[in-house]
Amino acid sequence: MKHLSKRFGAAQILQDISFDVADGEFCILLGPSGCGKSTVLRLIAGLEQPSGGEIAIDAERVDTLAPRERDIAFVFQNYALYPHMTVFDNLAFSLRLRGMSTNDIGSKVKEAARLLEIEELLQRRPQALSGGQRQRVALGRAIVRQPKIFLFDEPLSNLDATLRASMRVELARLHRRLRATIVYVTHDQAEALTLGEKIIVLHQGTIQQTGAASEIYHKPANTMVARFVGTPQMNCFKGKLDDNGALLHCNSLRLDLTGLLQTALARLAGRSLTLGVRPEDFHVADPGQGWISGIVDLVEDLGSDRFLHVKCDGIDVVARTGRERRIRPEDRIDLHVATEQVHFFLDDKRIEP
Amino acid sequence: MKRSVALLFYSIGIALYCLVPFLWFVLTSLKSSAELTAIPPELIPSFHWGFYQSALQNYGLLHYVANSAIVAAATALITVAIGSLAAYAIARFQLTWTNFYLLLLLVVSMFPQIAIAGPIWTILDRLQWLNTYQGLVAAYIALSLPLAIWILATFFREVPREIEEAALIDGCSRLQALYKVVLPLAAPGILTAGLLVFIHAWNEFFFALIIMTDPTVQTLPVGIALFPGEYTMPWGEIAAASTIATLPLVVLTLIFQRGIVRGLSAGAVKG
Repeated sequence: MKHLSKRFGAAQILQDISFDVADGEFCILLGPSGCGKSTVLRLIAGLEQPSGGEIAIDAERVDTLAPRERDIAFVFQNYALYPHMTVFDNLAFSLRLRGMSTNDIGSKVKEAARLLEIEELLQRRPQALSGGQRQRVALGRAIVRQPKIFLFDEPLSNLDATLRASMRVELARLHRRLRATIVYVTHDQAEALTLGEKIIVLHQGTIQQTGAASEIYHKPANTMVARFVGTPQMNCFKGKLDDNGALLHCNSLRLDLTGLLQTALARLAGRSLTLGVRPEDFHVADPGQGWISGIVDLVEDLGSDRFLHVKCDGIDVVARTGRERRIRPEDRIDLHVATEQVHFFLDDKRIEP
Repeated sequence: MKRSVALLFYSIGIALYCLVPFLWFVLTSLKSSAELTAIPPELIPSFHWGFYQSALQNYGLLHYVANSAIVAAATALITVAIGSLAAYAIARFQLTWTNFYLLLLLVVSMFPQIAIAGPIWTILDRLQWLNTYQGLVAAYIALSLPLAIWILATFFREVPREIEEAALIDGCSRLQALYKVVLPLAAPGILTAGLLVFIHAWNEFFFALIIMTDPTVQTLPVGIALFPGEYTMPWGEIAAASTIATLPLVVLTLIFQRGIVRGLSAGAVKG
């Protein structure tokens, strides 16, 4: 896919999108709603026509072909099963259209049904299925075709939380088993990070970053990616470096960078800088020993660990901590962070100090 | 409680108001000749079947029923077939002119029949289609298409787009997606449109009267209207024939009512 763009009337939905998906790769398009990720998928499927650029599958240009000539399968967010057909007929539909023999269809459908554990549902209609079962049927409809590419458009977003988690695991297993090439759209970072071999973060119609899950998480290319990936969000301190680069003025908060990276930042003295710290990289320090301190505003207890919402001179900071210390609202605490855990962004772009 | 009782009486009142003419001729058809002319009139008939026998035997009623059935069925089938294609285009391709086109259809369907009777008669005359089934059917199709397209477009719009897109990806052409997926899902709409067109064609009088002058091809309404002879006014036979003309519509509506109401699309998408 090269320099793809899409306009609807005056609205530029996608701008210069280029990426490759290797054979057998699980590629995720991640982004907030309205970023254009579904449009990318629909362009690959041929449900929309690009305004510019080209799309190729196996080095063959497909952007002028009809959807049925592209050999792709699409799993829709709302499943889009054929309600007037049984599950068996839903799965067999595409095979029948290709004129496959009844015997072959039967065995292919059974094989897919066994893989997805929906064998006992084959004679039912979509109406009589639960959300999770419908989702499996939608998957089955894609699998029986053995297409070159699977396209998934937020396939799990209509399921409840537990089902979503188990389907996520199952999808990963399925991918390993079928070695299928997958392009998967989601706004859910947990899905993206656990499933994706390659993640493409989209925002406002442009690619923000492409990389493996750990790269996206640990080396976000800009503040948008940094804030979008990770829960709770990365803490961002936006401010101005003072003359020698030792202090970051962030509203009324003074962040001392001497301990962190003073020498390297001296060249940026006087510039605006954003400093990012992931909540889990903060540690509660002994009084007076921390990098910043503040008053605890709220403690969210998640059982395994806790999120501390701390007010530091008017700036809200979130820290994720273990359960070792007793911490209550209104307590004054000190937080520490290791040098290598701090992210720096100049003009919203990542810099390595 | 009070409200529901009031509502019940209200409903019964309206139903009676609508049904009185119908009940009147049904009762009339079941009277004997003596009861028919009795003064004061009898309300309850003696369930005498003589008028039915007479309508069937002396007035060739079945012949008219057959003509009506042929014309109405052909009109309904062809109108729905053509209307589906038009409605599908309107529902799926949001082109700038679709709303204007729908408006135009509405305007066309408002033309008074008398205004277009002359041109239609002339056209059919040139085609030598006067007194033929295809002549009357052609005129009826033109008259019913706007209504059918309006109804069908509404139903097609309710078929989720993704289901059709799934069909396109699964290997359907546009036309295949239409008749394998969209049409079955819009079945209630097709039934509704077909039934309304059928009823209209079955009841239509004016065009049937001017196009079909030959008794062998005349439809029921015209046939019944021509029952009165030079010196006779066969009220009983007319009432019997009218009852028979009404029955198929009542039966059809009752049969298809379930199909029309049933939401076939349920279960397609999350819901």
